[in-house]
Amino acid sequence: MSGRSSTASNNYLPFAPGFVDNDGPKIVSTRFGYEDSHTLARSLATGGYDGLKLALRRSPAEVAAEVKEAVLLGRGGAGFPAGIKWGFMPPVWPRYLVVNGDESEPGTYKDRMLMERDPHQLIEGSLITCYALGLNQCFLYVRGEMAQAQENVAQALNDAYAAGFVGKNILGSDVSIDVVLHWGAGAYIVGEETALIESLEGNRGMPRLKPPFFPAAKGLYMKPTIVNNVETLANVPWLMLNGAAEYRKFGSEASPGTRMVAVSGHVKRPGVYEIEQGVVSFRDLFYGDNYCQGIRDDNELKAFVPGGGSAPWFFEDQLDLLQEGRDVGSAGSMLGSGALIVMDHTTDIVKACLRLVRFFARESCGKCTPCREGTAWEEKVLQRILDGHGRPNDIDLLLEIGKNISPGTYPVASFAEQGLDTVPFPPKQTTICPLGPSSVAPITSAIRRFRGEFEAKIDAAQSARVEA
Amino acid sequence: MPLSRPGLRPNSVTATNANETEAGIPFILNGKALLANSGEMLIDACERNGVHIPRFCYHPRMRPVGMCRMCLVEVDTGRGAGLQPSCMLTVSPEMVVNTESTETKQAQEGVLELTLINHPLDCPVCDKGGECPLQDNAYAYGPGESRFVEEKRHFEKPISISSLVQLDRERCILCDRCTRFADEVAGDPLIHFIDRGSQTQVNTFPDHPFSSYFSGNTVQICPVGALTASPYRFKARPWDLAETESTATVDSTGARIVLQSSQDRLVRVLGVDSDAVNWSWLSDKERFLHEATDSNDRLTEPLVRSADGLTPARWTHACELVGDALNVTASQIGVIGGSRLPLEGQYAWAKLLRGELGISNVDAQLGDGLPGEVMLGLPRATIAQACAPAGVVLILGADPKEELPSLYLRLRHAASQDGTKIIELTPRATGLSPNAAISAHPLPGQVGVVAAAIADGKLDAEVGGVAPGQLGAIAELLGSGAPVTVIVGRGNLAESASFTVDAIAALQRAVPEARFLSGLRRGNVHGALELGFAPGLAFGGGLSEDPGLDTAGILRAAANGEIETLLLLAADPLADFPNSELAADALKNVATVVAVDTFLTASTQQANVVLPAAMTGEVDGAFLNLEGRLSPLRAKVSAPGQARPDWMIAVEVSQSVGTPLDFGSIDDVRAGLAADVSVFGSLNWDLLGASGDGPLLEFNRTWEPQFGEPVVAPLPDGYGLRLIVDRKLWDLGTMVQQSESLRDLPEVAAVHLCRQDLEGLGVSEGDDVLVEWSNGSQSLQVRREVGLPRGVARIPFRLPGFNVGDLLSSEDLVAEIRVTVT
Repeated sequence: MSGRSSTASNNYLPFAPGFVDNDGPKIVSTRFGYEDSHTLARSLATGGYDGLKLALRRSPAEVAAEVKEAVLLGRGGAGFPAGIKWGFMPPVWPRYLVVNGDESEPGTYKDRMLMERDPHQLIEGSLITCYALGLNQCFLYVRGEMAQAQENVAQALNDAYAAGFVGKNILGSDVSIDVVLHWGAGAYIVGEETALIESLEGNRGMPRLKPPFFPAAKGLYMKPTIVNNVETLANVPWLMLNGAAEYRKFGSEASPGTRMVAVSGHVKRPGVYEIEQGVVSFRDLFYGDNYCQGIRDDNELKAFVPGGGSAPWFFEDQLDLLQEGRDVGSAGSMLGSGALIVMDHTTDIVKACLRLVRFFARESCGKCTPCREGTAWEEKVLQRILDGHGRPNDIDLLLEIGKNISPGTYPVASFAEQGLDTVPFPPKQTTICPLGPSSVAPITSAIRRFRGEFEAKIDAAQSARVEA
Repeated sequence: MPLSRPGLRPNSVTATNANETEAGIPFILNGKALLANSGEMLIDACERNGVHIPRFCYHPRMRPVGMCRMCLVEVDTGRGAGLQPSCMLTVSPEMVVNTESTETKQAQEGVLELTLINHPLDCPVCDKGGECPLQDNAYAYGPGESRFVEEKRHFEKPISISSLVQLDRERCILCDRCTRFADEVAGDPLIHFIDRGSQTQVNTFPDHPFSSYFSGNTVQICPVGALTASPYRFKARPWDLAETESTATVDSTGARIVLQSSQDRLVRVLGVDSDAVNWSWLSDKERFLHEATDSNDRLTEPLVRSADGLTPARWTHACELVGDALNVTASQIGVIGGSRLPLEGQYAWAKLLRGELGISNVDAQLGDGLPGEVMLGLPRATIAQACAPAGVVLILGADPKEELPSLYLRLRHAASQDGTKIIELTPRATGLSPNAAISAHPLPGQVGVVAAAIADGKLDAEVGGVAPGQLGAIAELLGSGAPVTVIVGRGNLAESASFTVDAIAALQRAVPEARFLSGLRRGNVHGALELGFAPGLAFGGGLSEDPGLDTAGILRAAANGEIETLLLLAADPLADFPNSELAADALKNVATVVAVDTFLTASTQQANVVLPAAMTGEVDGAFLNLEGRLSPLRAKVSAPGQARPDWMIAVEVSQSVGTPLDFGSIDDVRAGLAADVSVFGSLNWDLLGASGDGPLLEFNRTWEPQFGEPVVAPLPDGYGLRLIVDRKLWDLGTMVQQSESLRDLPEVAAVHLCRQDLEGLGVSEGDDVLVEWSNGSQSLQVRREVGLPRGVARIPFRLPGFNVGDLLSSEDLVAEIRVTVT
């Protein structure tokens, strides 16, 4: 397959390790146990492309209805039902499907697994979606840094073309679908759908304002475009084979099915887990024997990020929340892209905060003034506090800069109960896309809960200055 | 219709659309019920209703990007109030807008604080200081104090991104105006954002300077002092400038400008947003050519030839000499030039020369134009009509980007954004080719035949180098029913103008309802034509019984000793007439050469009497642009020395001749003009005084151009290359050469060939080749040109290194050269 595999040692895996089998129900990780899960042979031996065959025997409308009925929630971050999103397309052709494989949210690495370990499942899901949407041009955008995923997806696509699953007259039908691969150039913001479209068009990856540029109506080349996350589409083949009713047997009423979560940080067994949506609590996930098996060294939990670097942090008070989009939303954060970052009590909270803010400052595309200038300013202030040059008004300043990017405050019940100030979530924004407000989330989270740690650093700096 | 109060939400989308009335879209601004135009941006609707929303990136002539976030206002469209960029939001029915709410104010303060954190506080040494939108907005909407104690972002202070524009990236607030302009308006995407986050910067691509003809516009639209123009840097402070609105006389588009002066010197020219003409854009030529006004080489006193050459003389003495020179038989006098003059100067001279002295050998064009009686007789189009959405524009002749750059920008916008279809029937690919629907390039001498084939429906065979498919496509587009405008200019100085005239005749036959927009490029040439500065046209309007000679004819007669006195009204035939040898012979064999000019040009240096004239920016007057719009010229600075307005010179001379003109003021001249020339008879001159684009003249011609039999070009001899000679924006023209910043911009003369011809010769770009013609040869560099037909060579006119006028003969219908490897 690649030059690497011929020279690699016997225990070389053509994908990164990190998936943890928790003996739970599986929808998208059914083949992850095989070492050759990424090959066409393995895929075909385990029911690969059967969903496509089944779909082709039904009408596109029926296929779309099945997905709508299953309430397949988008797995990219916003959690919007895919079936409803598909319905937003006006009857205009040409129209496009764009597969968003530009996974770069801090802490998230589930799409990479899906692309490396089972690319055929993704291709099959994309093809079924194209068929359901009545379009014949799909763009598969893979993040620039994911070399192995690119290699595996490319190989799989070549094999699928050769086997007649993609291209002209798929499997002898009158359906023709082409899939174009596109590698990113290394920008986090291109994971945002309008920026991804700009990038696909060959422009600098900068988001477009919605409205007027809602992709479903005015997307790629100003034509109707559906942008779906890799994991969302990976669910589609199973859904075709087993039907919406079966799919809804997993998970909760509002959030059926499973989702891939990537747990990292201070847990004993970090990795990607496929869990049922809406039935597993954060406590189950971090402490359960089938899951992460507890905090490292049996330390105390200090804080955790429930849904990727953009999400406001949670603390031990929220451990018993179920991983259900709406519950987490009303508690003041989001499940986002399914990345959980766990911090134990040894964590320097200011440093953790800087780490995330720096990411957003470096990844700001530079379009909107508040994000471009504000994130960089936040980074500088945090760095200054850490360097021992903090000033007494720095904490207020950080919150004020945050307000410039993400103005207003929304009352959130769970915070009010703890006697905490209100927190802006979901964020109002002075920017086009949520990147700027994302940088505010770690700051407000950390300051609200651990203001003392910030103050201690600043006080130490002050007294050092006085002594000097 | 009663408007809903704030807080009352419309129930459904259909219900809101039903609220759109004939009068406009009802919306609520700060509690007041108002009406917006359909499709109007919120920022514009607020502005129109007296509420200014601060902005940096928004520019009404470019697509909005919503980048700076300065124009955020609180908007409620029924889903709760939220901050929205008003530059990207069209007003929708029942929209509730609050520009004074705490949310809005906080957002404005926040955006300004963030905009300023990395902006250097070097206002005291910044050219923009005092007229800076960032300063203004910071005063009006800013927080007053910065909490930023960190080190600011640093870049190398200013870098030259072209020879005219300097970029200071520290001052840049990344509003995307210049980069959008370069890409969207000028079509020269040579500057772009690089890097990202707070390190984002505007820059050029490595080794590719921002060498756009329109680079100066980026300086005008920059909302901070990041882009400065080299010619203006540190010349003046805005509060010291005096200004007046005027018209650019650089070419015949007549772009509307503001002249700004400091201490009686023109220091800056800005474009005025005129709906009818230039939409605030200017070419760098229109913007920076004012430098010549201030040149040390200006003529400041009359010169008279004596034994010591040209020596200063008194006005009375010089005028007496001119009077004597004009005191010969009318047919022995030739008058060349007049396009530079304001309308009043043209009229005073025309009144004297044609009306009083009966001279008919008068031509404002120097063999590079088209017959006046044809151009004036055609049904005319305005720029706005040509650029109307969904129309068809046929370009017959020259490249508008090189000759009429402001018109080019309008055409480019029409083609790229308004669905106007452009057909090119030009000698070679032009600046508009990327936006043209059809780009056809007839071989030199063949454009008339090609147009005739289209008119006669002979579309099945190749004609004059144009493929049958293209002929068919052109015929189809012309017959599509969309309004057709033909822009007529002279695309090739090496072929006879008669081919273009034949093409005009054929196109009129093909599309009888087509309108024409003159592409004659010389400044006020259309004013000159109206006043009869062309053989065949009568003074006062209409056709002349006694056609007289054109410039080529005058020069030929002069060379034969048949002309006694040659009057050059700001004309330089030695350098500017496409047959240098004939011009040289003519000047040698004339008894008296009288020149009225602003500089000592090659031709004025050979004159017997030189009278110094005032130029644009120094005189009041009027200018007739190519669409027939009369725009004001206004004086801002005083003329140097004894230089005088042209009409005064004519009056002075008239007294020496013995037929004194009775003009004491410019109003007298205008009264005479209205009385003598029918087109100006009904004109309300007050319209010129008002600000605005100036009145469009109503021509009401009673005659139509008469077309003769088509001229047939000789067959190529099979060895040579047919020659195209055309103009570049930057050339050795006197004004360009007298402008310090523009002097070095002309490229060195070269012979341009297509790839196949280069390969046939076995040379590559940059090699030297020998160009040979009937009686001479010259070694020139060879350049590759995309879009040049095979078998055709192009050498631009008036470039340093080689005067291509040396090889042209006004006798030949087409010119041929041979190119050999040295």
